[in-house]
Amino acid sequence: MAAKKYNAGVKEYRHTYWTPEYTPLDTDLLACFKIVPQPGVDREEAAAAVAAESSTGTWTTVWTDLLTDMDYYKGRSYRIEDVPGDDTAFYAFIAYPIDLFESGSVVNVFTSLVGNVFGFKAVRSLRLEDVRFPIAFVKTCGGPPVGIQVERDMLNKYGRPLLGCTIKPKLGLSAKNYGRAVYECLRGGLDFTKDDENVNSQPFMNWKHRFDFVMEAIHKAEAETGERKGHYLNVTAPCSEEMMRRAEYAKEIGAPIVMHDYITGGFSANTALANFCRENGILLHIHRAMHAVLDRNPHHGIHFRVLTKILRLSGGDQLHTGTVVGKLEGDRAATLGWIDLLRESFIPEDRSRGLFFDQDWGSMPGAFAVASGGIHVWHMPALVNIFGDDSVLQFGGGTLGHPWGNAAGAAANRVALEACIQARNEGREVEKEGKDILTGAAKHSPELRIAMETWKEIKFEFDTVDKLDVVNR
Amino acid sequence: MDIQAYKTTTKLETFSYLPEMTTEQVKKQIAYMIRQGWNPGVEHTEIDNMMGAYWYMWKLPMFGEQSIDAVMAELESCRRENPEHLIRVVGYDNYAQCQGLAFVVYRGR
Repeated sequence: MAAKKYNAGVKEYRHTYWTPEYTPLDTDLLACFKIVPQPGVDREEAAAAVAAESSTGTWTTVWTDLLTDMDYYKGRSYRIEDVPGDDTAFYAFIAYPIDLFESGSVVNVFTSLVGNVFGFKAVRSLRLEDVRFPIAFVKTCGGPPVGIQVERDMLNKYGRPLLGCTIKPKLGLSAKNYGRAVYECLRGGLDFTKDDENVNSQPFMNWKHRFDFVMEAIHKAEAETGERKGHYLNVTAPCSEEMMRRAEYAKEIGAPIVMHDYITGGFSANTALANFCRENGILLHIHRAMHAVLDRNPHHGIHFRVLTKILRLSGGDQLHTGTVVGKLEGDRAATLGWIDLLRESFIPEDRSRGLFFDQDWGSMPGAFAVASGGIHVWHMPALVNIFGDDSVLQFGGGTLGHPWGNAAGAAANRVALEACIQARNEGREVEKEGKDILTGAAKHSPELRIAMETWKEIKFEFDTVDKLDVVNR
Repeated sequence: MDIQAYKTTTKLETFSYLPEMTTEQVKKQIAYMIRQGWNPGVEHTEIDNMMGAYWYMWKLPMFGEQSIDAVMAELESCRRENPEHLIRVVGYDNYAQCQGLAFVVYRGR
């Protein structure tokens, strides 16, 4: 092969980075971007520019390019597609060679793929829709510390979703009063309670006091019910040293599960915490505060399915995924898509659910999908249908708001859940017959009857802002 | 209705917040396990070991068993021999390497 000559100056990106004849390798990391180019920039040039700016390229040719094998290292845009129902944007598919990325580092992947390129002037807006992580990269990541199956074995809970509840008011309770709320929920029949994401270590409640009172609540509820219980102790902290200190203390007092906010806390801290949890057999619950800043705008940002994949690689045993039916945004088909990405071992491409690539996780464990926010007993049949067994259904207001208190609220939810599971297993259509199923179960449970009377009017029927492109017309 | 006090009682994980199932209802759950391709098994224990991971296995899991009545018969013979014990039926899912469903059929005396 003849050596290249150095020509200084600015070349069109397409000469180097638009390669429609390229067939991606099994080891390539593949990305699908939705691009709205600036006026006057054609699709091929914009796609090539994104490939360049998210991999090896810069705005001008540099002589040091010729000291390496750029054809090996460069990202390549290899396909362009229309976005159904949206003429302003198009999809660009880009392949990156695996050696562009540090092993086991989701941080490094994001720094390239959603780094400088998102401020790049040639594109008006840019959204990372999906990423195919090659199995060769997946094997370098730790993944969920415990995984779905072992979590079930540790908790002794089979054949049903788990039940949780975020303690409210989210801010302002003293540690002892907070522990009381936890104890009441757990003794009533919940499997877990949860620190609100905002609860870290504020003046009204020091983290260590909270941890101590909560552990007493867990032990007492376990002794009374004979069931295994947990509370997600939020170890999210101002710096990762402090986060690890809190996690160490949680381990010391025998907490079965801790919690982290992986986007505000940072992916690097999250991976470190996941490694700690894996080493110590502690479950890791993951909250996703700030995700909507990144994923809600259909033209700019990062789709949540990518954030889901990043979390599965970085590590977490439970991840908030939206409820579909509650107070927070989430399209049903798209939500089912990223729930599969979280739990299954091989997920085939399926555009009707927003999945642009096959994703093979190999032997990496899966994580529970957490549905939380504005849900109550009347939603139970739909939730069971949508989420299936490997989920955590979290009723905050729907537990604590029960007229008879947390324990009765918890019992109502547990009865409703078990009635729906029993009916589903019997072959009944749970969503269609939901009212009959719950009414039948309430005959044996005054707690459920009161809950059904309290919440029957409440609905959250607003349209979703971010829909799948196939239905966006 | 006036506020009522909620009294905690001992529970037994899945389905223990519902009334004890009738024979017909138990059969439907076993049918579900078989439909899922799981292997039914029967386990029992003294109440003291309720929270333990390991209960006594009644014989071996019934690998490949397709007959609901056969599983019911094993539950019954386990109960005849251990009338005081908690007895549960388990559906072993060998693909997930986990129990697909487990619930206590006889809640002991």
